[in-house]
Amino acid sequence: MGIFTLVINGARHDVDVAPETPLLWVLRDTLGLVGTKFGCGIGECGACIVHLDDVPAKSCRTTVASVGKRRVTTIEGLGQPTRHPLQQAWVELDVPQCGFCQPGQLMSAAALLRENPQPTDKDIEEALAGNLCRCGTYPRIVAGVHRAAEIAAATPAGKKERT
Amino acid sequence: MNTLPSHAVPADPNRRAFLRTATLAGGGLLLGCYLAPLASAAPIVDVPQRRKPDEFVPNAFIRIAATGVVTLVSKQPETGQGIKTALPMVLAEELEVDWRDVVIVQGDLDPVYGRQIAGGSTSTPVNYENFRRLGATARTMLLQAAAEIWQVAEGECVATLGTIVHRPSGRTLGYGALASKAAERPVPDATKVVLKTAKDFALMGRRIGGVDNAAIVAGEALFGIDVRLPGMRYAVYEKCPVFGGTVVSANLDLVRALPGVLDAFIIAGTDDLTGLMPGVAIVAESTWAAFSARKQLRVVWDEGKYANDDWRGFIAQAEALADAPGATRLRDDGDIAAGMAAAARTVEASYRYPFIAHACLEPQNCTAWFKPDGSLEIWAPTQNPAAGQTLVTAVLGIPKEKITLHLIRSGGGFGRRLSADYIAEAAAIAQRVSAPVKLTWSREDDMRHDHYRPGGFHFLRVGLDAKGRVVAWRDHFVTFANARTRNGKTELRPGSGGHLSPDEFPGRWIDHCRMEETALDCGIPMGPWRAPGANAFAWVFQSFIDELAHAAGQDPLAYSLALLNRRPNATGYDVGRMTRLLAHVADKAAWGKKKFPRGQGAGIAFHYCHRGYVAQVAEVSVAPHGALKVDRVVVAVDIGAQIINLSGAEAQVEGSVIDGLSVLAQQELDIRQGRIVQGNFGDYPLAGIADRPTAIEIHFLQTDNPVTGLGEPVLPPLAPAVCNAIFAATGVRIRQLPLTQTSLRWA
Repeated sequence: MGIFTLVINGARHDVDVAPETPLLWVLRDTLGLVGTKFGCGIGECGACIVHLDDVPAKSCRTTVASVGKRRVTTIEGLGQPTRHPLQQAWVELDVPQCGFCQPGQLMSAAALLRENPQPTDKDIEEALAGNLCRCGTYPRIVAGVHRAAEIAAATPAGKKERT
Repeated sequence: MNTLPSHAVPADPNRRAFLRTATLAGGGLLLGCYLAPLASAAPIVDVPQRRKPDEFVPNAFIRIAATGVVTLVSKQPETGQGIKTALPMVLAEELEVDWRDVVIVQGDLDPVYGRQIAGGSTSTPVNYENFRRLGATARTMLLQAAAEIWQVAEGECVATLGTIVHRPSGRTLGYGALASKAAERPVPDATKVVLKTAKDFALMGRRIGGVDNAAIVAGEALFGIDVRLPGMRYAVYEKCPVFGGTVVSANLDLVRALPGVLDAFIIAGTDDLTGLMPGVAIVAESTWAAFSARKQLRVVWDEGKYANDDWRGFIAQAEALADAPGATRLRDDGDIAAGMAAAARTVEASYRYPFIAHACLEPQNCTAWFKPDGSLEIWAPTQNPAAGQTLVTAVLGIPKEKITLHLIRSGGGFGRRLSADYIAEAAAIAQRVSAPVKLTWSREDDMRHDHYRPGGFHFLRVGLDAKGRVVAWRDHFVTFANARTRNGKTELRPGSGGHLSPDEFPGRWIDHCRMEETALDCGIPMGPWRAPGANAFAWVFQSFIDELAHAAGQDPLAYSLALLNRRPNATGYDVGRMTRLLAHVADKAAWGKKKFPRGQGAGIAFHYCHRGYVAQVAEVSVAPHGALKVDRVVVAVDIGAQIINLSGAEAQVEGSVIDGLSVLAQQELDIRQGRIVQGNFGDYPLAGIADRPTAIEIHFLQTDNPVTGLGEPVLPPLAPAVCNAIFAATGVRIRQLPLTQTSLRWA
């Protein structure tokens, strides 16, 4: 075991866990941040995606020891302080079916929009290729990313949400 | 107690006819799903005991507080099919409340709610009419209360957006202000209350977002796997990789000494392949501690009698049976030998599809808490909570009345969570732990201990007359069954979806028709998978009919229509509805009017199941080296007079198309030495975002027929529509699933 200091959604947490513990389980079991999902455990489904210094990472394949000083952003932090345009678009277009994969989809999409505010369908397909949805919400996910891009473009720069 | 008489469920000849079909088919769970609600048509207008004095609680589903807050109970399990939004919409529509003011809560398993199963696309047809009457009953009582307060005729009052308005005077009273008065009124006869007419619907038919969407996108704890309780423990459960295997011994002492491990023990289980299987439980301080400890667990198994199950072996067994008489003759009309002999020509083909898994994105899990007083509290992502309660009672002896079961949102169901094995496992583990315990399956557990869609083989031989019409049809269906011994007698019961109805199209439409079935004994547990039976049969028969149309040199649509209309009065199958639907989809897709270059083409398919009529046209592009892209899928659906939530309905269609494509393209399970080979998404791929069809066009035909559900009927025609399009594009006929079995290269 060891003490690891993590900065998650802007808050500092000291956790006492084995160094090889995946970040996913630290988030879910140790800290109760259950928005990040367990789907496969081997980085195949994308349900566990979080951001490390704004870069998408599969938290089931990221040991707590490897996080280091990188800032962790989870789905719970995505919409802080105000709802992210993607979250608005997801609700507006009724994207989720079961909803289980959507936190991961949103985290991948948020990273895309940060780099590429006006993505094409192909850009979206590439950025979200690692996020599986068993319900088949893909058409609405693509529409939702485009809609979020529109919302973001219409939001005055000063009011833009942090991702 | 004032209950709706059974005649409150409108007589529906189609449904009765379906029942007859289901009875003939005899598919265990399917049958149960349909019979139960119709035999005991809902408890429904039942006033619960827990009511505050100033609240109006006209039934178990509606609660109006003095503050005006309207709380509606969603009693059905939510798995992503949108029922938590749809059924409360039905209540709200008739109740005349503003949807934005409504609070929706999930009901626990409770007899006051009647049947609580999300399966067989039954949630809507079973509840729609009753829920309208429940809403209308409450509205009527609120109208009567206002009329009484104002001392005016009830007919002068109208309900609108949570308010009663006295039209002549313009006076208004909100539902909250009326609550205590309405609560004093006798509950009117639900069969006599006035329902709204469809043209006055303000809510139903619109696109309404899922009620949990805001919580989903915020990452709130919604799912079974998210349940957290004070002092909770975390468990894993290892079962024999060969189905039905039992535990001989395990290195429990070593495992118990591992970091974070609290206990490890053997659960004897039962021999029910879909019940509580034997295994070893590890209880730990965290999921990861349990997962890690499991890597050190060594179990000596008695693999039992199914260790030789092998997919290639099954293929060989099935192929050896191709021309043999079937074990069961499902149908034998006319004179098959004479029909074949008189035919101008015969066409033969064999079709094969594999076992597949459910692969819900949320692995199976359940939280249970066995308390010192002998009661058990369960938090389960389930489609069938009563089955969980029943199984726990059966295997652990905990009386039903001592089990509380909370329905938790499921990260996908698709039929998997109609089974209760994981609930019984959690309960069995909880019985040994003096704290709440959450059982979490790994993805590999989920894939290797599923209750699978059975694989199957159809050996088809058809006689055509000189004009290409089918005159004789023979199908030997080789399927899979688990042997069950009851009262000393062993019988082979095909798995869910592994039994062919003798009424399946086109059996009854052909003069000389023999349908036979033989089940191979196996240890693979089987269970309902989205549109059981139909998900495979539609592909086989709609593909083969397309083959016959091409053999006859005729347009597949015209050929199908001619076949279908030979028996315009088929019991339980409305040929007129399907004919109109086919005309509609053909029109929308411009069927037969488009010229496709080589490598592109269109295919058509249709299917009736789960009370829903669906026709589809798929357009595909196949690159010369064989890469497939589905360009467009046009879907025409007739599920009756009313779409409740248009957004939810469209989502079910989009999802069914993509799910159907996912299965068609890549999904198969291999079985070796009694084990499922595939374990995770690396070797059991789901369709990804780039695999979605470029366009999915949806057309609902609202017809004067009973309102029904949509979780299932759209999936079956997708695979044959795409396969028929592949043939049109390339000349390659797909007779084995998934597509990876066949090269689509055409140049």
